Amino acid sequence: MSPLGAVFRRELTLAWRAGPAAPLGFFLGVTVLVPLAMGPERVLLAQAGAPLIWIAAALAALMTLERLFQADLEDGSLDQLFLADASLTAIAAAKGAALWIVVGLPLALAGAPAVVMLGASPSAIPGIVAGLLLANAAFIGAGLAAAAVTAGVKRAGVLIALLALPFFAPPVLFGAADGGAFGPAFLMLAACAAAACALGPLAAAAALRAQVE
Amino acid sequence: MGRAKTSFRRLEGVSAPENLRINLRVEAVTIARGGVTLFAPASFTLAPGAFAALTGPNGAGKTSLLRAIAGLLRPEAGTIAFGEAPETRLHLLGHRDGLKSSLSVRAHALYWAGLLGGTAEAAEAALARVGLARIADLPARALSQGQARRLALTRLLSAPRQLWLLDEPAAALDASGKALVAALIGEHRAGGGMVVAALHEPLGETPSQTIELERAP
Repeated sequence: MSPLGAVFRRELTLAWRAGPAAPLGFFLGVTVLVPLAMGPERVLLAQAGAPLIWIAAALAALMTLERLFQADLEDGSLDQLFLADASLTAIAAAKGAALWIVVGLPLALAGAPAVVMLGASPSAIPGIVAGLLLANAAFIGAGLAAAAVTAGVKRAGVLIALLALPFFAPPVLFGAADGGAFGPAFLMLAACAAAACALGPLAAAAALRAQVE
Repeated sequence: MGRAKTSFRRLEGVSAPENLRINLRVEAVTIARGGVTLFAPASFTLAPGAFAALTGPNGAGKTSLLRAIAGLLRPEAGTIAFGEAPETRLHLLGHRDGLKSSLSVRAHALYWAGLLGGTAEAAEAALARVGLARIADLPARALSQGQARRLALTRLLSAPRQLWLLDEPAAALDASGKALVAALIGEHRAGGGMVVAALHEPLGETPSQTIELERAP
């Protein structure tokens, strides 16, 4: 097995054991609570609902990041990643890809019931699910870097949020802009995802080098 | 298949693959932690077959020097050079075993073999060698400290690398575990490998050289 294949398989298993249930439950919980809080105003809900999906998705993605590199730093497995026959950037990308499959994919699919619960038009479902797939890639790409920078910090959750949320802003902005249509904002969202997937692992690798010193 | 064969040869300690032959040269290396220089400039060279024991009191910088040789830590001054081969051709066995409590013993061995360029066959053989084959399906959280260390030792066997950096390799091990470490080092040397081990008490295997870290002036 190749080094990247080994990392990818291990991270899939670990992410699956840690469970996609927590971020997924959070995401669906928010989309259930919002209509309750807004009361019977269906028009207002339909307008505010779709943008709220993006905020809930961003916060749910944030939840998965804290232990991503911290656990590896604490138990010593981070050292071994430096000794692998693969670049640290590629290894970070493999970790991100595994997280996207275990958490990003179910979160995006959960966008479909969320659209319905928030009273938006069901015709928006394909656009929002596709948009969430891209947005989660952008969140995880940026989140890799934030998680690597804070790997040595105890209770890093708040710090990760402070670091990562500015980078979450563009995908949230472009995701919510089209309201589920495949317009120009969707293309900008795809560009955000591509940039985050390319730069996030690079920044994460640089931060991890500083962490092991 | 060729690689598996190489790994089995390594297990029997016959010879290391020719392309892994390197030397290690450490020249006037000092390391600072938190702005304090840990030890007086250390210099030594290692040739194939050498086993260097790294000694010194607690806090002398043994772990830091090993991590610097592994490329994880930048020395304050001095040079660390490896013949011609890239510096990743080494194993580092640190204090922490790098185990994930929910993964099985076998999953760890196979993961390391994949990550470090070994084979599944070599990983299975390594599990048998360190005496964990019988409990290979247990999760790592069920292991005792000594068993966890034995599991970490499989890294050395599942991917052939010429230089082993061992940080207190016998910590937490029982008498047979210590004998196992000594035997592994002996076989590795016989195959042209090199070992640097931070030691507090002698192992069964006699070092070819001792590096005493002295306090920085």
